[in-house]
Amino acid sequence: MADVLLEARNLSKHFGDLKAVDGISLTVKKGEVLGFLGPNGAGKTTTMKMLTGFLAPTGGSAYICGELVTSENEKARARVGYLPEGAPSYGEMTPRNFLKFIANTHNITGREAEDVVESAATAVNLENVMNQRIETLSKGFKRRVGLAAAILHAPDVLILDEPTDGLDPNQKHEVRRLIEAMSVDRAIIISTHILEEVDALCHRAVIINRGTVVADGKPSELRSRSKYKNAVTMLVPEENAEKAAAALKQIKLVGGVEAAREGELMRLTILARGGGEIADTIGDIAAVSNWQVTQFTVDPGRLDDVFRQLTERDI
Amino acid sequence: MSAVMTIFRREFAGYFASPVAYVFLVIFLIMQGLFTFYLGSFYEREQADLVSFFTYQPWLYLFLMPSIAMRLWSEDRRSGTFELLLTLPIPTRSVVAGKYLAALAFAGLALALTFPIWITVNWLGSPDNGVILTGYLGSLLMAAAYLAIGAAMSAITKNQVVAFILAVTVCFLFLVAGLPMVLDVVSAWAPKALVLAVANLSFLSHFESLQKGVVTLGDIVYFVAVIVFWLWVNRIVIESKREAG
Repeated sequence: MADVLLEARNLSKHFGDLKAVDGISLTVKKGEVLGFLGPNGAGKTTTMKMLTGFLAPTGGSAYICGELVTSENEKARARVGYLPEGAPSYGEMTPRNFLKFIANTHNITGREAEDVVESAATAVNLENVMNQRIETLSKGFKRRVGLAAAILHAPDVLILDEPTDGLDPNQKHEVRRLIEAMSVDRAIIISTHILEEVDALCHRAVIINRGTVVADGKPSELRSRSKYKNAVTMLVPEENAEKAAAALKQIKLVGGVEAAREGELMRLTILARGGGEIADTIGDIAAVSNWQVTQFTVDPGRLDDVFRQLTERDI
Repeated sequence: MSAVMTIFRREFAGYFASPVAYVFLVIFLIMQGLFTFYLGSFYEREQADLVSFFTYQPWLYLFLMPSIAMRLWSEDRRSGTFELLLTLPIPTRSVVAGKYLAALAFAGLALALTFPIWITVNWLGSPDNGVILTGYLGSLLMAAAYLAIGAAMSAITKNQVVAFILAVTVCFLFLVAGLPMVLDVVSAWAPKALVLAVANLSFLSHFESLQKGVVTLGDIVYFVAVIVFWLWVNRIVIESKREAG
């Protein structure tokens, strides 16, 4: 287990009667990017605050590179790069001075501090704004300043709370590329409620709801729990849709058919009963029935569907 | 130690990042001048000393020191950098010390900028510069005590204005503790020892002997104890505010 860089054992945090986090255990290994998912208020941020030693857990414990995380243990904190929610920084400072300040707090000084600041700034493309006050920068740049501050001391563990929140699609893409590049010899945990993020860069996803882990696995494993696993989607002209849907429902392997209008065409989503393989069968039928099928795709399962299934509160 | 210096440098530079620092310095010097020359009747007294300069400082500081200290923590708590600071690999006590020392250095700078009055009094007469030096020392100690209270109050709230008002209130209590208006209330019911204790809490009585050039261990210990106590309170408040963010 030498590779486990971050470990939480049965972490819980209660605020009065509210159990914000209720017994979360997880491990992140070297080279792994863990997506920490959950609806707003599920306890993601509280968990991350405990992992970084900002909040003291009510129960359980967290370890970073074998060091127990507490608000007193600076050794554990030295090996973590943390991007708090909202990427806070000092607005009146320039990115250069702010990053130098962060470097100094990690005991990196002088010439060496300048070097790490430059390379962190280059990694997140901050070079052109290094001498502007942070408060004058756009949201995307502010987020990148926070990221640069989290990575400049080359930490073994990166804890990023919603690193792409509020960024435009291009910026999101850049941040993801950066996280991917850094993941090689680190353990990274990112919290998000954006599911595409998980597909884009996580090796493993943990879904939490109401303070407990409700799912933990590879994104593909989680996705396959969806009712859309192996579902077939095809476009057919409107006049053929009803006929096709009726015919498809007769097949034993089909669990149901969903229809949605898309311009002149109808999109039929044929669900596989029990997630079995139905693509070949449907394909054969579609070919002989002359429904004028365009766009025939097989669904690997949908993460958002699983997410909803696991986290929707019973009403 | 280097951690304290890192925090200190950032905080001290933070004062000068906006025009507020310069506005403060100008106001401080103007007010100090008004107090010295009008209320303190510097010329009319025709004495080569700085009594009229120091006499009103406890009252001037009552408002000016809380305004230096009010941003120390409340600004961090409002902007979220509070979380950043406390997750950096530096001990909380270093952050507390660094921030406090930055405020103290700024107050020291303001006080140092009153040097023209010292030149003036030396030019007009021949004062006892030893007395003036202890006066400045006492003034700095008193400022330090006010700032320690202000820093602790700043940690309590995210709102700088509230922090300011809280600090002024607490400082005021410490300031007037030795005045008859407080002592009369206490002495009506309390035993003599308690009355004496309350009287001894006052900034005024401890500052008075220092500005007259009398350095007693008791006065120094008093101010140091007040400072240490409030820095300790500051630390406690910060620990309790983690949960509130």
